[in-house]
Amino acid sequence: MSVINSDTTILEKEPERAATSRPASLARRIGGLSDRAIAWLFITPTIALLLAINIFPLIWAVRLSFTNYRANRPNAVVESVGLQNYQRVLTDSDIWIAMQTTAHFVFWTIVLQTLIGFSLAYLIDRKFRGHAFWTTVILIPMMLSPAVVGNFWRFLYQPQIGLFNYIVSYVTGVPPSSFEMLGSVSLAPWSIIIVDTWMWTPYVMLICLAGLRSIPDYIYEAAEVDRASAWRQFWSITIPMALPFIMLAVLFRGIENFKMFDMVMLLTGGGPGSTTEVASITLKREAFESWRTGRASAFAIILFVAVFGLANIYVKALNRVKQR
Amino acid sequence: MKTMCRPLLGATMALGLSTALPTLAQADELTLCWAAWDPANALVELSKDFTAQSGTQMKFEFVPWPNFADRILNELNSGGKLCDLLIGDSQWIGGSAENGYYVKLNDFFDKEGIKMSDFAEAAVNAYSTWPKGTPNYWALPAMGDANAWFYRKDWFSKPEIQAEFKAATGRDLAPPTTWDELLETAKFFNGKEIDGKKVYGAAIFTERASEGITMGATQALYPYGFKYENTTGKYDMDGAVNSEGAVKGLEAYKELYKCCTPPGYTDAYMGETLDAFKSGQAAMAMNWFAFFPGLAKDENVGGDRIGFFVNPKEATAASTLGGQGISVVANTDNMDGALAYIKWFAQPDVQKKWWQLGGYAVHNDVLNDPSFKDSQPFAADFLVAMNQVQDFWQEPSYAILLQAAQKRFHDYVVADQGTAKEALDGLVKDWTEIFEDEGKL
Repeated sequence: MSVINSDTTILEKEPERAATSRPASLARRIGGLSDRAIAWLFITPTIALLLAINIFPLIWAVRLSFTNYRANRPNAVVESVGLQNYQRVLTDSDIWIAMQTTAHFVFWTIVLQTLIGFSLAYLIDRKFRGHAFWTTVILIPMMLSPAVVGNFWRFLYQPQIGLFNYIVSYVTGVPPSSFEMLGSVSLAPWSIIIVDTWMWTPYVMLICLAGLRSIPDYIYEAAEVDRASAWRQFWSITIPMALPFIMLAVLFRGIENFKMFDMVMLLTGGGPGSTTEVASITLKREAFESWRTGRASAFAIILFVAVFGLANIYVKALNRVKQR
Repeated sequence: MKTMCRPLLGATMALGLSTALPTLAQADELTLCWAAWDPANALVELSKDFTAQSGTQMKFEFVPWPNFADRILNELNSGGKLCDLLIGDSQWIGGSAENGYYVKLNDFFDKEGIKMSDFAEAAVNAYSTWPKGTPNYWALPAMGDANAWFYRKDWFSKPEIQAEFKAATGRDLAPPTTWDELLETAKFFNGKEIDGKKVYGAAIFTERASEGITMGATQALYPYGFKYENTTGKYDMDGAVNSEGAVKGLEAYKELYKCCTPPGYTDAYMGETLDAFKSGQAAMAMNWFAFFPGLAKDENVGGDRIGFFVNPKEATAASTLGGQGISVVANTDNMDGALAYIKWFAQPDVQKKWWQLGGYAVHNDVLNDPSFKDSQPFAADFLVAMNQVQDFWQEPSYAILLQAAQKRFHDYVVADQGTAKEALDGLVKDWTEIFEDEGKL
């Protein structure tokens, strides 16, 4: 008992000693610099790196977006074109189609991933026998590289040898070679949604699971005492208390899918035709295939502002929910 | 002291040599950039002779075709020093010449006595000159190529199939000579069971991302009368790009795609058409001559089982041009070495060996050799094709022009959007806008 007491005393004193002694000794070691100077010393490399690889390119892109610059014409005269690039981007019907394709992709992936992800989290949270094993199994897809997943699903969707077509054929009786997931205008967008949902639902599940585990048991116990039904507990306790986490998952997936490139490129390359050409693919083609750097920069800025603006509105809504 | 000094001196010398050697090696080293495909392997073999003669070590940077343009054009645009020599696509020559990426070779050719008249005229025009038709040379023709066809000769030779074909069409089964015959033959084979396996009519290019569907569709468009301009150099495209013949050509390509390609070939280029043929799925397939030496030797479909034919004609005879010239990259640190390689490569003996190894030499000494036509089963077709080739725009803005074509053709052929006339009208609109931006219209 006395041992416990003495340990407690030491532990209680430790933070105080740490707060008073460590910075002083550190300052002595670094030649009498003030705390503020040391703090700047530590964060300067990070700030420099952020400025170099994030802020400077952003400012540079803004500058380029007002010019006719083309990266494949280094000798050409770069002229200011005012708002012409922005005007062309905003009036280009192909770009609007790409934005609609992106919106369709973002909407359905979020809906499916949230529904399935939350359902899985709810089941896993029940702590049945072997739930740890199944949690690990469910998480495997999100641990894979998108490049691997893209190529892997290309084979699964292959009409002649693909497992996906055979499973559909087995279930529905439709011949496997009679439909092409990646080559059909109506099925190709869904083929990408299926793969993205398969890969990223575990991520949503993980965030939702954290939300569910953060709800204190005593709230449910109190509800039990009040004879609240399981359904009532779900709607009045589980959903409201897990909502900030669900909203956070939606935010992360929304931002990620808005700029989705790798998976779509690997699966369909934007095709057939331009059916699955999401905004990021259009942007890549504009910048690195057509080499209209100025116009591509304008498009990138518009996308950035759109995502940034929407994310900000969303975060405000999220904060309001958290404060409730 | 003396005994201590010797090891020290030795170590210092060794250190000095080890740091100096890479510098020496770098001076005697050349990096040649090209696409990763069969002829590149032949070039590695051929270049061993250059190393033996000159002492210059050759390094190679081969990039897979779908990424070739992206990778190399990025390299050129960023002023990189990866490549001393580049076997770049024919369409790049305009941009590379105007942007100063390639070294102009006229003075060098004059000094070394290299005559462009020693090479096939069509190849020189396509692979070396900019502006087109002028004697301004930016490359030495390195690899002649065109889009052509190959077929299952063993299936075409089966008596029961021949009889069935005769009964169905009223003519003998033979490699098609017109696009109408090509469609008829593809439809005949499509869905047929041969050797216990369902087969398909033809494997063709449909790739969306780089240049695939344009290289495939133009194989139909050119014979039907498609032209880029009404008057050369005037960029007056309306009535040429979307002419009645061009519309028919694009419709024919779509018909071939819809009726007769194996399932899942919605994004197929060189590798996929080869796969379809080698796996015994397709009776006919299109691809570049560059792959034909490998196909002729293939264990499963080569030898007596394969035949080749030049692109069928329709209103006119035409083939889509492939192939490349070899250029010296202006940014090279080893200009002398790079020029020495060009000089060596231009020699008739080297060109002959190049053909023997599987490269497509276009030196007249090779092409005019009486034994050339019989040297390979596809050699005679190669000569015919090279005399009827047409190339895509070689303008500095070719990449944007190509992307517009890729989109319009894929939207119409694969994604079933609109009509052929609408696709070609749209292409005229896109290209007009691009040339207006360029200040050429």
